[in-house]
Amino acid sequence: MNSAATPTRRQLHPPPALASPFPYHPGSLLSASDLSLDGVSHILNRATILENADPLVRDRILAKRRLALLFYESSTRTRTSFELAAKGLGADTTLVSSLSSSIEKGESLKDTGLTLRALGAEAIILRHNSSGAAWLLEAETRLPVLNAGDGMHEHPTQALLDLRTILAHLRPGVEAVDAETLAGVTITIVGDIQHSRVARSNMLLLPRMGARVLLCGPKELLPELAAQVGPGISIERDFDAALRQSQAVMMLRIQAERLAGLQLDLEQYKANYQLTGPRLAAHAPTALVMHPGPIIRGLEVTSGVADGVQSVILEQVKNGVAIRMAVVERALTASPDGGRA
Amino acid sequence: MTAILIRGGHLIDPAAGVDALKDILLKDGRVAEISGPGKLKSTNGAEVLDATGLTVAPGLIDMHVHLREPGQGYKETIATGTAAAAAGGFTAVAAMPNTIPVNDSPETTRWMLAPERNAAIRVFPIAAATRGSKGEAINDYAALKSAGAVAVTDDGHPILKDNIMRETLAAAARVGLSVIQHAEDTRMTQGASMNAGAMAFKLGLRGMPTEAESGLVERDIRLVTELRDTRVHLHVAHTSTAAALAAVRQARRSGLRVTCEVAPHHFLLTEEHVGHYNTNAKMNPPLRSAADRDAMIEAILDGVVDAIATDHAPHAVHEKEVEFEHAPNGITGLETALGLCVRWLHREWKMPLGRVLSLLSAQPAALLNLKGRGTLTAGSFADVVIFDPKTEWAYNARDTKSKSRNTPFDGWMMQGKVRWTISEGRVAYGREG
Repeated sequence: MNSAATPTRRQLHPPPALASPFPYHPGSLLSASDLSLDGVSHILNRATILENADPLVRDRILAKRRLALLFYESSTRTRTSFELAAKGLGADTTLVSSLSSSIEKGESLKDTGLTLRALGAEAIILRHNSSGAAWLLEAETRLPVLNAGDGMHEHPTQALLDLRTILAHLRPGVEAVDAETLAGVTITIVGDIQHSRVARSNMLLLPRMGARVLLCGPKELLPELAAQVGPGISIERDFDAALRQSQAVMMLRIQAERLAGLQLDLEQYKANYQLTGPRLAAHAPTALVMHPGPIIRGLEVTSGVADGVQSVILEQVKNGVAIRMAVVERALTASPDGGRA
Repeated sequence: MTAILIRGGHLIDPAAGVDALKDILLKDGRVAEISGPGKLKSTNGAEVLDATGLTVAPGLIDMHVHLREPGQGYKETIATGTAAAAAGGFTAVAAMPNTIPVNDSPETTRWMLAPERNAAIRVFPIAAATRGSKGEAINDYAALKSAGAVAVTDDGHPILKDNIMRETLAAAARVGLSVIQHAEDTRMTQGASMNAGAMAFKLGLRGMPTEAESGLVERDIRLVTELRDTRVHLHVAHTSTAAALAAVRQARRSGLRVTCEVAPHHFLLTEEHVGHYNTNAKMNPPLRSAADRDAMIEAILDGVVDAIATDHAPHAVHEKEVEFEHAPNGITGLETALGLCVRWLHREWKMPLGRVLSLLSAQPAALLNLKGRGTLTAGSFADVVIFDPKTEWAYNARDTKSKSRNTPFDGWMMQGKVRWTISEGRVAYGREG
């Protein structure tokens, strides 16, 4: 050992970054990384129970409780499934969208949140085009906030419903997850990772159960440092090679609205990353084909693949309602002293 | 004018090489006499300040603040900004020109200096380098200098065009003014709100690459080199990247007059402090990686950094209570600079107190060519800070004298508490001991 070869450095001990600046409401779900594995198991378990419950019994669970859906971006699946989930538990919901509300007149997110709270909302489900908006809303209202997608950041309920879908096929019957549940499983996420909140939430959630997440896409949409988001994530730019290792493949839409001037050669993109029937048959004939929607048929996937036997896209949608029932129930029943589930 | 006798204090005046117990007599806004303890007779009518156990030093000078006047008095006024400065031990601040209107004229410069602004301490306006800070047509530097401007900059709107920057450097040099550049190639930072890297990716925010800073510093240094005029002085504002510091270091070795400042938040905080979208950790340049932050500390300790400047940038509460991407850049800093510098640079990283104080007074005075400031010798301005170097205290942003309280240092422990700040012979800030 030649210790003299090591350059001497002054010992600097700068102040560490502080942890979370405020206690979150235990009913909030802001990030997939906020949930413990026990918390994930609890949600999966409740999703199944609530899905199978008698609708006439189920709708007493949150009878006449008030939930606000605050949507700054358009949405079909997420909005409808949250609404159906809340109503399925008997709650009253109200929808505020950025068009046709005072948001158009310049009302801030803080004031909109405080207004909804004053109107009796007990929890807010937020879809917003700015990353981090859900944290701001929770800090200002101190209500349970469910993050239904914040900018390019996270979409935790999507990751949970994706997990439920994956488990149903690859680990049937399993609802209590642990660090080994998905050991040996490789899931590839393909396409516009840079702008995808679905990708980020899945990247944070799935490896904690032992899954390996492969990211696949061109450099413009998938920077190298994406692999540093957490453990268990790596990059494989060769789509065919990624498919050959995968038990599930998640196709993402190119988010034209977030490209911010980035020019992309779509023909080249399709040649490299479109999931086609022949490609699937050649490299991953048994893998689950997933897509968080909306699908642009003929771009990231062909119609044949979207409608094919390996596709579980509509199962994902269906699982969204069950997962969101569990998450909405948790939002309105978590006790503040119980900590985060 | 009344006289003030400062008795029993420990004078640290790095520019004069003094580090000893001294009594100081201030008279008519100037330092009248400095002498060993007990030797100065209290002149008739002189107010006596008992500085026993306290450090007496040249008043601090912040060469980079935003006082928001004219135009944005709801964030700060010259009166409130300088009151906060005095509370922080500062006796002079250099005010950036990104006001409304932009300070690109002798009229605005003089307006800022008018007695009606009620400045608690001395304000030195820095004028816009180009008309409206649009980077197209350079201003009349001679006229701005005679109105009171001490340097030129388009802070916040960096001059990207080579020919305009070259012209700015040459024209400023002819009238003896420094050019201060906020180094950011804004073509690389569109829509970005924090440092580029894994943290920005994880938070789903667009990032500002370090090259946007270092690339422009390198470009500016190239222009200085090409001008071959020893009067040219380029000063790099709020340096935040290791690469930019390396370029400054190299330029200095080549004998160029290139200097730089670093802000406390850039040698103390990293992008990790953005945490869950804390808008009080959003500024431009952004908080960088730990490696960049460590490079700032090293460069301060090694003497490459010429000044500590706060980039005090007040914003109203409602402006920061918004989505991270929409929040304006900037944090306040005047009341926390001394306490953080003593706490960390001196106590933690063992920098002699005299060197710390030099970075906060003598060196910025020299960079801006402020004659008779940054030192306390007979005849110099009676700009003095008297503080207890040992007292530890927690900063409470609610107690600020600024109109705004957008600071990431709320609740942080400080070391060194200001007891009196004297600006040109008047007590501008005083606190019961």
